[in-house]
Amino acid sequence: MLNATVAELSAALAAKQVSSLELTEAFLERIGRLNAVLNAFITVEPERSLAQARAADALRARGDAGPLAGIPIAIKDVYCTKGQRTTCGSRMLEKFVSPYDAHVVERLERAGAVALGKCNMDEFAMGSSNENSYFGAVRNPWDHGRVPGGSSGGSAAAVAARMAPAAIGTDTGGSVRQPAAFSGICGLRPTYGLVSRYGLIAFASSLDQAGPMARTAQDLALLLNVMAGFDPRDSTSAERPKEDYARDLGVKIEGLRIGLPAEYFGEGIEPTVREAVETAAAWFVSQGARTIALELPRTRLAVPAYYVIAPAEASSNLSRFDGVRYGHRASAYADLVDMYCRTRAEGFGTEVKQRILVGTYVLSHGYYDAYYLQAQKVRRLIAQDFSRAFERCDMILGPTAPTTAFEIGAKAEDPVQMYLGDIFTIPAPLAGLPALSLPCGFDGKGLPVGLQLMGPAFSEARLLGAGYRYQQATDWHLRVPTQTPL
Amino acid sequence: MSLSHDHIRRLGRLARIAIEPEESEAVAGRLNRVLRLVEELLAVDTEGVEPMAHALELPERLRPDAVTEEDRRALYQSVAPAVQDGLYLVPRVIE
Repeated sequence: MLNATVAELSAALAAKQVSSLELTEAFLERIGRLNAVLNAFITVEPERSLAQARAADALRARGDAGPLAGIPIAIKDVYCTKGQRTTCGSRMLEKFVSPYDAHVVERLERAGAVALGKCNMDEFAMGSSNENSYFGAVRNPWDHGRVPGGSSGGSAAAVAARMAPAAIGTDTGGSVRQPAAFSGICGLRPTYGLVSRYGLIAFASSLDQAGPMARTAQDLALLLNVMAGFDPRDSTSAERPKEDYARDLGVKIEGLRIGLPAEYFGEGIEPTVREAVETAAAWFVSQGARTIALELPRTRLAVPAYYVIAPAEASSNLSRFDGVRYGHRASAYADLVDMYCRTRAEGFGTEVKQRILVGTYVLSHGYYDAYYLQAQKVRRLIAQDFSRAFERCDMILGPTAPTTAFEIGAKAEDPVQMYLGDIFTIPAPLAGLPALSLPCGFDGKGLPVGLQLMGPAFSEARLLGAGYRYQQATDWHLRVPTQTPL
Repeated sequence: MSLSHDHIRRLGRLARIAIEPEESEAVAGRLNRVLRLVEELLAVDTEGVEPMAHALELPERLRPDAVTEEDRRALYQSVAPAVQDGLYLVPRVIE
C-alpha cells in the first residue's frame, strides 16, 4: 500500500479494500520511522491527521466522495494551515500558528484529502537544496549524503521515500520541479494564475505558484483538478472555466511537435543527464512525435534576470516580518528601528538576508533602472522567445536540471554556483508558463534524472497527457530509492 | 561595481537588518558575487522593450466597493508578540 499511487489508493478506497484511517496510520508509521534520518517533515500531528481520515471515511461511506477523499497528502510548510504551526522553514515563524487555511489547503480538505504534516523546505522557499532550512537539511532518499533539491525538498523526499503518496509544493524559480528531478518523482508547476496563492507565504509574487508533487503524471492531474480554480482572494487568480486535467491521459503522442532548444543540451550539462533526456526524446519520436530544433538564445540571461526580480520582490514581501504583528521579536533592543533590525537579523537566515539585501540594492535610488527595470525588460524578451517557439511546437523538452543531486555542503559556500543550477527551471516562471518534471533515468551513481516538458499557458492537460504516455512505456517512476527501501 | 562596507551599512539600514561590523566582510563578499552574476544584464540591448512586471497580461480585477471582511482582530492579534487593549505594542517612539 505504501508503494501505491494516488490513483491506485483511490480505487482501493472506493472498493473498500482499505480505509483512510488504515492508510493514514500506515504512512504516519513510516514517517515516524524515517523522519529522524530524512528530516522531510517539520511538524507531524498524528491526531489531527487521524481525525481527518475518520472524516474522509465517513464521507466515502455517504457516497459523495471525489478521487482524493481519504488520500494522505504532505504539505510544504509554506502553506498556512489553521491552528497548526506554519514555519516556512524559518526561525522567524518557528512558533507561528496560522489563524487561517491557505486556499489550496481548504480545497484539499473539502475534497476529503488527509493532511499528513508540514514538510521541510528552504527558508521562505529560497534555495535549491533544502540546506537553508532553520530546521536542518533534508536528506535525499536515494543517497542520504546528498540534497533532495529545493526549495520543496521535504515534500519531494517525503514522496520519494513513500512517506506520502503525494505532496504539495510551491515553485518560484523551480522549487517544485528541481526537487522532483533530484528525488526521482514528478512535479508540476502550473501556469501563473491557475492555482490561488491565498494563504501561501509570499516570496516573489510575480513568480510564486503552487504545484502538485507525486509519483505519476496521472496523480498530478488528480491533484491539480482539486487545487486549480478561481479564488477572488488572490488578485492574480485566473477566471477560467473548470477543466479536467486528466482529459488528455489517453491522447496519443503521434503528431505531437516537440521543440528541442539547443541551449538545453549544450555546455554545462552532465553527459549522463543529457543522455537520459535524449533517450526520452527518442522515445517520443518512436511514438510518432516530430522534433523541432529550437534556439532560445536568452536562456543564459534567465538566471541573472531572476536573481534581480525575485530578490526585489522578496525584499518588499518580507518587510512584513517586523516583530510587531506575528513571528519572532528580538528580546533586547534600544528603540523601534533597532527592534526591527535585531528581530530581522535574528529571525532570518543567511540566504534570506542576502536576498533581501540584493533586492534592496536593485530597488534603491540610482540602481532601479539599471538593474530592476532592465531585468524586467529581459524578462519580456525571454517570454517573447517562448511565444515564438510555441508557434512552431506544442511543447519544449529538455532536462529539468543540468546535474543530478549534489552532496550536502557541496555548494553551500558559493550561492552563485547554486543559482546557476536553476538555469532550466527559471525560464518558465519568468514567462508564466506551465512545466512538468518526470523521472527519465539514472546517472552512473544511481541518482535520478529529471525530464522537463514546458508548454504554452494553460496547457497542463496536454503536458500531463504526454507525461502519462511516457510513464506507460517506462518504469523510472516505479523505482524505489535504494537507500530508503520499503 | 563592488560594494563597500559603507554600502553594506546603508543597505542594512534600508532593509532593517542589523549587520554587525564583523559580519560586514562576509556579507559584502556574498553580495558582490551575486552582483557580478547579474551584471551580465547591463549589456543587453533592451531599446524599446516594455518592462514585464507580471506574467499574466491581464488588467487587475476590480471588485465592488463593499465590506467583505468580518472583524478578526482578536484572532489575528492572538499571534502577535505583544498586544494590549486591542493594540499592537511597540517600543516608545515619542518621549
